[in-house]
Amino acid sequence: MTATMTRPVLRAGAPRWGRVLPVLLVVAAVVGYLVFRTDAAADSEDAAAFRFFTQVRDWVDANRDTSPVFLYGVNYVRLGVRLLVDAVRSGLSGLGFAGLVAAVTALAAVLAGWRTALVALGGFLAFGFLGLWTESVDTLVLTVSAVLLAVLIGVPIGVLAARVGWVGAALRPVLDVMQIMPTFAYLAPMTLLFLIGEPAAVIATLIYAVPATIRITELGIREVPVTTVEAATALGSTGRQLLTKVRLPLARPTIVLAVNQTIMMALSMVVITALINAPGLGQNIVQALERVNVGAAFDAGLAIVVMAVVLDRITAGAARRRAGRWGRGRWAAAAAALVAVVVVALLPIGEDLPRVSFAAPVNDLTGWIELHWYDATEWLKNAVSAGLLDPLETVLTTTPWWLFVLVVAAFGALVGGWRTAGIAGLAAAGIAGLGLWQHAMQTLATVLVTIVLTMAIGVLLGIWSARHDWFAAGLRPVLDAAQTMPSFVYLLPAVALFGASRFTAVVAGFVYAFPPVVRLVDRGLRDVPATVVEAATAAGSTSWQLLWKVQLPMARGGLLLAANQGIVMVLAMVVLGGLVGAGALGYDVVAGFSQREDFGKGLAAGFAIVLLGILLDRLTQGFHHAKGPR
Amino acid sequence: MTSTITVEHLWKVFGPKPERVVGTELAALPRAELRARTGCLAAVKDVSFAVEAGEVFVVMGLSGSGKSTLVRCLTRLIEPTSGEIGIDGEPVREMNPRRLRELRRHRVAMVFQHFGLLPHRSVLDNVAYGLEIQGVGRAERHRRAGEMLALVGLDGHEQQYPEQLSGGMQQRVGLARALAIDPAVLLFDEPFSALDPLIRRDMQAEVRRLHAEVGKTLLFITHDLAEALTLGDRIAVLRDGELVQVGTPEDLVGDPADDYVADFVRDVPRSDVLTLKWIMRDPAPGETVEDQPLPAATVIRDAIPRVLGAKLPIPVVDGDRRVGVVDADQLLPALIGHHRQVPV
Repeated sequence: MTATMTRPVLRAGAPRWGRVLPVLLVVAAVVGYLVFRTDAAADSEDAAAFRFFTQVRDWVDANRDTSPVFLYGVNYVRLGVRLLVDAVRSGLSGLGFAGLVAAVTALAAVLAGWRTALVALGGFLAFGFLGLWTESVDTLVLTVSAVLLAVLIGVPIGVLAARVGWVGAALRPVLDVMQIMPTFAYLAPMTLLFLIGEPAAVIATLIYAVPATIRITELGIREVPVTTVEAATALGSTGRQLLTKVRLPLARPTIVLAVNQTIMMALSMVVITALINAPGLGQNIVQALERVNVGAAFDAGLAIVVMAVVLDRITAGAARRRAGRWGRGRWAAAAAALVAVVVVALLPIGEDLPRVSFAAPVNDLTGWIELHWYDATEWLKNAVSAGLLDPLETVLTTTPWWLFVLVVAAFGALVGGWRTAGIAGLAAAGIAGLGLWQHAMQTLATVLVTIVLTMAIGVLLGIWSARHDWFAAGLRPVLDAAQTMPSFVYLLPAVALFGASRFTAVVAGFVYAFPPVVRLVDRGLRDVPATVVEAATAAGSTSWQLLWKVQLPMARGGLLLAANQGIVMVLAMVVLGGLVGAGALGYDVVAGFSQREDFGKGLAAGFAIVLLGILLDRLTQGFHHAKGPR
Repeated sequence: MTSTITVEHLWKVFGPKPERVVGTELAALPRAELRARTGCLAAVKDVSFAVEAGEVFVVMGLSGSGKSTLVRCLTRLIEPTSGEIGIDGEPVREMNPRRLRELRRHRVAMVFQHFGLLPHRSVLDNVAYGLEIQGVGRAERHRRAGEMLALVGLDGHEQQYPEQLSGGMQQRVGLARALAIDPAVLLFDEPFSALDPLIRRDMQAEVRRLHAEVGKTLLFITHDLAEALTLGDRIAVLRDGELVQVGTPEDLVGDPADDYVADFVRDVPRSDVLTLKWIMRDPAPGETVEDQPLPAATVIRDAIPRVLGAKLPIPVVDGDRRVGVVDADQLLPALIGHHRQVPV
């Protein structure tokens, strides 16, 4: 794979060396490995980095109420967020069960039409039927709080980034890093600063979601046609008038899309913050997963998916609707909806609905699968573990860290130049410095195996989908649903099938990452201009020649982007797999939350994950950027 | 009486440290070489002209000749590198932002190739935009916008949105928007290039009609020679940022300044543009001529029946003075050939 992918990079500068260098690199790496192989000594439990982080924690604990940084900064942030969460909670809970259901339904009706209103009504009633109303409201409260903050902070920054050159330039690398950070990595530093609980959860969610707000807002403002702005300028608009009357209104659909994406990301993160003691549906899942009780987790997972679908439909519907075209009818409908909500909220309807639970049937099904498919699932698990995971893990863990750093840097230089080499090499060295070499390499092995499986299957499905409209049409709702589901939920089917193991993380990572891969490959292929395809067909290409010689080469940009996206998502999921027996860095992070003495190691693991993410992202981005015309 | 628009030694150089190119031998370099040596692009080079009140002045050039940059420099949508611009005698380059905004709001309006309409506003609100940002009240600006829409023949479309209109109708909205602020000067940047040929002809007729009705000063940018000849009282030909020739359509066709302009006007039917003064000859000594003379400003095409019907050469007069004679020998080459004719 590497040889064929690197070749085009060097096409311009050194055509001959371009073919030889990657081969030389591989040979040198193999020789280096055989000569310097180590015996995979376990990581020390008392690395310098752990001690340092524990000391930091102790200092923070000791000075939380005396240091000015905390007294006048961090603690106020925490207090402010706490007030916001309480306000949102009293608002949402104040409506009562019937009132909140009615309010969400009315909001959906006004913003996105009556079909969405029905989805919202059914969805929110379902929380009651599942007996998860309180938890659902908690999750909603945290999500709404974080999204409010993200929009308040992110939209102005996005506008600024689009309008002021240096702000955009300065933000870009920061946002890049924020977006590749797996969800897990945010949690430990948040608890250090804000303790566990809701404020820390909201702030972690905010940090996770706000890059999307900023990015998409910036894009929306940048996409406002230059000619329109010029015409308004020529009429004598002031800068403020240009912003409020031209740029913001024209970017409105994109900004609503930014809110939509922010909500999806926030929901996904809010669920995970159950690990730092945030209330809500995530708690149910974490507890159920710890007991490998798939049935109990299923109900909560279903509630999360339903919430994701409802919130997505409402905001996506609002993005589709035209701005400024609210006739009298819409206003009247909005007023009527408001009255209806007030009336319903005053009615004495409680949430004591008949209970519906899928726990028992799901557990029965899981049991049945264990009983009847055991041989097949075990075979698959063992085949992948013994055939792919174990050998790769052995090679990686027995590689001396300096050799790994060298290989990574050389590879980075090949695909993306010295900058890439420097960043990737430093990230690799940083992982070694954190004292978690073995665990990081185990995680890396799982990630690599998963991404290879994901790409292989995802690319095949993407090609298939691009070539057959009926397949694409059938796949679309599945992919749509998959993309709105919070990452946590993906662990459930994997656990149901394969129990708690490393392979479970591979499966969850695959299920999590393959939808975007399929989608990007499909789009990349479909974006190949029809005229080019027509010309190639007219020249007598068979459909395979068309695929291999025209469509796939021209869709290279999409394929490489798919690889990059896929690898970042896989890493996030594999780390999350620490909860279900995947061990390694993910487990270290979780252990850091629950056991005081493991805090330093957990925080170090969090940083190691971030470094691993940067390393993988840089190497695949290197491909993506280094390539010629896209 | 000052001219409505005066442009003197205007330069616009894009790229790093543009001042060093202005007026030096660097500016004379071919584009590619200038770019290689300095990273700069000289879009407008030492351009000077004046447009009189009520005149239709056309700037014509191929794409990349700098004509769009030139028109944007006039109200500093693009900041000129050096030179003077005057609108009604007031130096534009010395205006502060507030004064410049006043200029754009009240005195100079612009119509764009790609319309630049606001998709989220109705047609009426698009036309009223210029008045809205001046702070004109809602009722008043809607009344005025309605009048303008009627003027460009779009009454009944007030509540539609730009995307619901055809290209030609969208450009009428653009035109109405420019007219709504009642400017003294209208700038057109290739306004009809994106339209179908038939619609383009309609719109050109519309501009001529409006010019006759409202009597504004128009500066019109185009790459279309036919459009320039149809609309322009005077035409300026721009090549690689430099003015090659400024003159009436007749001057351009009859006396092109260089091969570039000659090449440009080669296919223009000369008999439609040139007048008798371009083809008349001196009378031979003692030659007998017709009694009824023709004015020198008669377009050749209009003289065809007289000249071909006459047995003797026809005298050509400028006022009362006889300036030459014309007969079929002079007429025919102008009708059949596009060769350059040296005026007698």
